[in-house]
Amino acid sequence: MVTISLDSVTVSLNTRKVLSKVSADLTAGTLIGIIGPNGAGKSTLVRAMLGLVPVSAGQVVVDGEPIASILPKALARKLAYLPQGQTVHWPLTVERLIALGRLPYLSPFSRIGPSDADAIENAIARADVGHLRQRDATQLSGGERARALLARALAVGATGLIVDEPLASLDPGHQIDVMEILAGEARKGSLVLAVLHDLTLAARYCDRLIVMDQGKLVADGTPAAVLTADLLRSVYGVEAFVDRTSDALMVIPMRRTTL
Amino acid sequence: MLFLNRPSEVGTQPPRAAFLMPSLVLLLLLAAGLSVAIGPVRLDAERLLAALGLHGDRIAHAIVIDLRLPRMMAAALVGAMLGLSGGVLQGYLRNPLAEPSVLGASNAAALGAVIALYFGLSELHAAVLPILAIVAALGALALLFMLSGRSESPLTLILAGIAVSTLAGAGISLALNLSPNPFAAMEIMTWLLGSVENRTFSHVWIALPCVGIGAFLLAGCGQPLDALSLGEDAARSMGVDLARLRLRILAGVAIGVGGAVAVSGAIGFVGLIVPHLMRPFTDRSPSAVLLPSMVAGAVLLLLADVLVRVAPTTNELKLGVVTAFLGVPVFLVHLMRERRLW
Repeated sequence: MVTISLDSVTVSLNTRKVLSKVSADLTAGTLIGIIGPNGAGKSTLVRAMLGLVPVSAGQVVVDGEPIASILPKALARKLAYLPQGQTVHWPLTVERLIALGRLPYLSPFSRIGPSDADAIENAIARADVGHLRQRDATQLSGGERARALLARALAVGATGLIVDEPLASLDPGHQIDVMEILAGEARKGSLVLAVLHDLTLAARYCDRLIVMDQGKLVADGTPAAVLTADLLRSVYGVEAFVDRTSDALMVIPMRRTTL
Repeated sequence: MLFLNRPSEVGTQPPRAAFLMPSLVLLLLLAAGLSVAIGPVRLDAERLLAALGLHGDRIAHAIVIDLRLPRMMAAALVGAMLGLSGGVLQGYLRNPLAEPSVLGASNAAALGAVIALYFGLSELHAAVLPILAIVAALGALALLFMLSGRSESPLTLILAGIAVSTLAGAGISLALNLSPNPFAAMEIMTWLLGSVENRTFSHVWIALPCVGIGAFLLAGCGQPLDALSLGEDAARSMGVDLARLRLRILAGVAIGVGGAVAVSGAIGFVGLIVPHLMRPFTDRSPSAVLLPSMVAGAVLLLLADVLVRVAPTTNELKLGVVTAFLGVPVFLVHLMRERRLW
């Protein structure tokens, strides 16, 4: 079980502060949504948790150890990451693509072994991409590729899963599928962090939401506590209708706030 | 679409991949055999084998042991190094047009050799020219590091490589421009065309350690290169140290290709086309292309070198010329595939 603590994490890129003093304790067994407008620092926040951007002040602690003191391969086995953007550079088959998720376990020159094969099969089943196995990953539709890449991240078998905009270019059915997969991972005891834009899906599936705005953490709590009309107005600049009548909270952005 | 649902062993390679390496090794042995057996002087099998067993007549011994054997080894070493580094660079830069010359190593090595020829230093000892070429390749590596800095993007590396390569190219042109007489210019031009003709064992002993070190550094890059096919962030999240990978690749290419070019002169296109020829026979991941490209590079250069010996021309064709002519059709096929014409 993995835990991540952020202790007033500050990240500056080219003297511009992208994150300022973000603190949070992220515990296993929860699906945590990270929401906020474009450019709010959501991706930088998750990249800082993975040690992919240098932290200029504060620190990121994974399982009680400062991230800088954890070996890259060891960190790679704790935290799997699905970056934004669906990058696949060579026409690999989906199966081969998913097998890349086992790289943190392979010593140089060694091949995929039986335990790796199990993890790969498992990931293929969970992401429901069995029918795509032999297809070229570069020739898939956007939605199919998103699921194949999610399966690659699942194949790592890490207890921490960090996904950046996993719902981009998915149809409503597959959006629900992906959220179900993420929620399922969390129920099994993983720590799952997802950068999301769909507030209604975030509200329905996430146990906790972290709201970022201009590099600062502005709200952190259960979806019902966080998603208020006031917050949506101040963070996104939209007037939104928040429906709390049914058991699942619904957020419908209506129009831009007129200043 | 029944076959799509067939449960298959994960991580296994397509069936033809299993035959790839054995067939390539067989081809390598065949090409090496041809390279020793064929030449302007006809030797029958008996004299050939006797010479190889070191109890042949003096003429056969001179032809086989002193001329053909080092020539064969030089061609194989140079081809293997160019093929391997082409595969590594295409994977690292995620660009199918990358080849050893993009980092400037081959041009810089050529400049080192040209300096040796220009100042007549190559007359002092046969080893002076290759050693100067290697020194120049290492100098280019240092310059490349200074220019590309700590940045991890492949683009800065390509830009820095072009700068280094162009600078070395300008140096070569300057040497040609200022060459004291037509013969000196001719000597430089001939060397630049690339050849393994008249190479001796001392050339082989110079190239061998360089190619060995280069191949050792590059052949181990397979897994990080595979990880990079998902982009830099994904690769780093899987534990790949990109700064170390970059250092390893730059050093491997500079030392290996520097050593190879030092012996053969600039031979283009091998590093570019061989990985493309091999990719369809593999699962197309960067790691799967490396070893086949290394062996196939050696085969290609050995066969090209046999071709220049049997081609009925008055002047022996230079290897660099033949490989360039071979490169163009491969380019065209690639272009047609991109346009889905074939």
